[in-house]
Amino acid sequence: MTEIQNEVVTSRAARREATKENAVTEPLLKIRGLNVSFGTGKKAREVLHGVDLDVYPGETVAIVGESGSGKSTTAAAVIDLLPGTGKVTGGTIELDGVDITRASRREMESIRGREIGYVPQDPMSNLNPVWSIGFQVEEAIRANGLASGRREVRARAIEVLQNAGLADAERRLHQFPHQFSGGMRQRALIGIGLAADPKLLIADEPTSALDVTVQRVILDHLASLTRDKGTSVLFITHDLGLAADRADRIVVMNQGEIVEAGPSRVILENPQHPYTQRLVAAAPSLASQRIQAAVEERGVEHLEDVADAHPVVEVRDLTKDYRIRKGGFRSEPFRAVDGVSFQIPRGKTLALVGESGSGKSTVAKMVLQLETATSGQILIDGKDTAQMGQKDVFRLRSRMQPVFQDPYGSLDPLRSIGALIAEPLRIHGVGDEKSRQARVFELLEQVSLPRELAWRYPNELSGGQRQRIAIARALALKPAIVVLDEAVSALDVLVQDQILKLLADLQGELGLTYLFITHDLAVVRVAADLVCVMEKGRVVEQGTVDEIFANPQEAYTQRLLDAIPGASVNLAGH
Amino acid sequence: MSSNATHYVAPVKAEQVVVDAVRLDEKKSNLWLDAWRDLRRRPLFWISVVMCAIIVVVALWPSLFTSVPPQGSGACFLSKSNAGPEPGHPLGFTRLGCDVWSRLVHGTSVSMAVGLMATAIGTLIGVIMGALAAFYGGFLDSLLSRVGDIFFTIPYIVAAIVVMTVVPRDLRNELVLAFAIGGFSWASTARIMRAEVLRVKQLDFVMASVSLGLSRFKTLVVHVLPNALAPVIVVATIGLGSAIVAEATLSFLGVGLGGVSWGADISQAQTSIRTSPMALFWPSLALTVTVLAFVTLGELLRDALDPKSRAQR
Repeated sequence: MTEIQNEVVTSRAARREATKENAVTEPLLKIRGLNVSFGTGKKAREVLHGVDLDVYPGETVAIVGESGSGKSTTAAAVIDLLPGTGKVTGGTIELDGVDITRASRREMESIRGREIGYVPQDPMSNLNPVWSIGFQVEEAIRANGLASGRREVRARAIEVLQNAGLADAERRLHQFPHQFSGGMRQRALIGIGLAADPKLLIADEPTSALDVTVQRVILDHLASLTRDKGTSVLFITHDLGLAADRADRIVVMNQGEIVEAGPSRVILENPQHPYTQRLVAAAPSLASQRIQAAVEERGVEHLEDVADAHPVVEVRDLTKDYRIRKGGFRSEPFRAVDGVSFQIPRGKTLALVGESGSGKSTVAKMVLQLETATSGQILIDGKDTAQMGQKDVFRLRSRMQPVFQDPYGSLDPLRSIGALIAEPLRIHGVGDEKSRQARVFELLEQVSLPRELAWRYPNELSGGQRQRIAIARALALKPAIVVLDEAVSALDVLVQDQILKLLADLQGELGLTYLFITHDLAVVRVAADLVCVMEKGRVVEQGTVDEIFANPQEAYTQRLLDAIPGASVNLAGH
Repeated sequence: MSSNATHYVAPVKAEQVVVDAVRLDEKKSNLWLDAWRDLRRRPLFWISVVMCAIIVVVALWPSLFTSVPPQGSGACFLSKSNAGPEPGHPLGFTRLGCDVWSRLVHGTSVSMAVGLMATAIGTLIGVIMGALAAFYGGFLDSLLSRVGDIFFTIPYIVAAIVVMTVVPRDLRNELVLAFAIGGFSWASTARIMRAEVLRVKQLDFVMASVSLGLSRFKTLVVHVLPNALAPVIVVATIGLGSAIVAEATLSFLGVGLGGVSWGADISQAQTSIRTSPMALFWPSLALTVTVLAFVTLGELLRDALDPKSRAQR
């Protein structure tokens, strides 16, 4: 404790000294003691408590934090776009020495776009679906007075989209947002954000909705654009690895306060604040170790080592066709899953990894008997599920349980947690009311939650806690197999780390077999023994995690691995 | 080198050390509990609840409020036609010389019985049709939705008039009238239910309960319906008002039950509106107050049950 306090004192002193030294370059953006509250009167709740932040010309600063840390609120305060009842209640935000918290609405409108560009988080909802891309880019150009006259505006719009890396920009002007992929939409939004050559660009989780390979290409492009023009970037992200890759300096926020700030390398290699230390330790993109139960060493070195073990789940040549409607009565087949084969030995975790549209979730649904396969076999404990009657499938369900992605959607909000966990027991007629109650308490204990929660409702819980409840429910019937469909993707890093540890502990304790569906290769490294990489419905490569990560054979796998943010950072202790 | 190179570390706070702590000090919360907490702080909610309660009590036990019979021999005196108030007859007399207060009190039970039953019938049909159509989809959805569309095009007042004229006078009772109104007014409830079930059925917990081994029908009843009912309850509360109006309208047009009814009284009193406007005023007031009480309750329920409108407050 005292050590850290000393550190604080010295770092403050150092900062004061440094500011004296550096009187020549003034920060472009200077935030001092910023307080932001939501609500009015008695109900006012302060969410930012005295945030200090500098962004120097040409610099990229990343604000890293979990959901609710105040990182997006800080960004929204800078462009005066706080949602709802949000209000700056104290402190100053100086842009080029001018306090913009006191700017009038009209002044702010001229600052937005021209001085400060903004790239929003969700490319799917930030473009108006009823207007063409060209119209929306031209609108931004006209609003910022960058060009006048129809022809000139149009030429400028094409230029903006070309700069944003959209090939064939002239034709794309007439297209509508739904004809663009997520990556292309984000490019268009970046183009709009940079249209007026702002001095500062705020990018609020610009790529969190995109696949890693797309994320990489887009951020590379954004970096080269801002480097060429000397634009400062305030980059908001939850991903410490991404921040390390992209920013000169990192600011770590928690609960509306800055807990640590400094050069990226220093923060990652030598974090001082216990919160940052935990964040660095928990970030899967930065870790390189499989999370394992302390009980036994279960690493899998080679595929051959597990081949002789009896597989619990075996999938052979699995194929799924959908029919896509083409207007009228015409339809054409679409192969979502194409000849997928893999096997999972008892007590191991196989990760099915791929980008959106790779068919990984469809495989999970077929294994869970929620979809029927077009062809191919699924063998559970050596028995073909296609030959099973309704009764056998019902019995199979007690051997195999799912945990789904969305912690807010997978629990019926109107039933108490006790009833939710006891539901599988009731459906399968296990025990009487009293023994079920005892089992619910036991399960809550297994997922480290207090038993008082049995009388409460899901919407009182955080995402991580709900996911624990979902895990407890999945374990109620003592299954052998758990299918985890993106089960940790929606969670903050620290919580994600906690859930992954819990899953590893339960696997060691109960000998569970996991089928782990994820888009995140970084999570695969810490959570799985075997990995199956999928692309467009096919398995492109499979093997043990160690083999694949050390020596990928396919270009696609290599690309995925390269796209994991933070790979370049060497951490002491890892 | 420059001030960007400084390393700032904040003082350590205890609450930053715990990850994802469980907070048991907060109140229990789900959709209905939150709605109740929101409603009970609103005076308008209590006013409309008390109004509705009084109306229901009057409907159930009319003899508590008046000892004068509303019709029949020995109850009405043509000599008192359109006479003003007198002791024992606080609101005066109708054109046929019956007691206005007594007819109001006894009319309540007719209005409420028809209103409640018609709403219950309409809501039940609507919920079943909408839920089945949305949950099972495919051909059943097309079939039920088209049937709904057909009923949607028939104004239920017109349909009820036809039904009531076809049914012989001696077979007409509250239940028949309720079926005539409810049987033709379920289409909008079905549409709302269908939309809501479509929304709920694609939530993960529905898939989760199927993969637990729960049958599809049980999933619909146990998990989907309770989560889809909120908007239907709101529509039903507001619909109760329209059902009461419908009963009054039918009685006004002379195709009602023919006995004691606010609608019949309004119809009768309108002929002598110039000479004794009060005979028209009282049943109209009773009708207005009743409908207003239920519609207000419905509106408040809608606000309380809509998470979007709550988030804005």
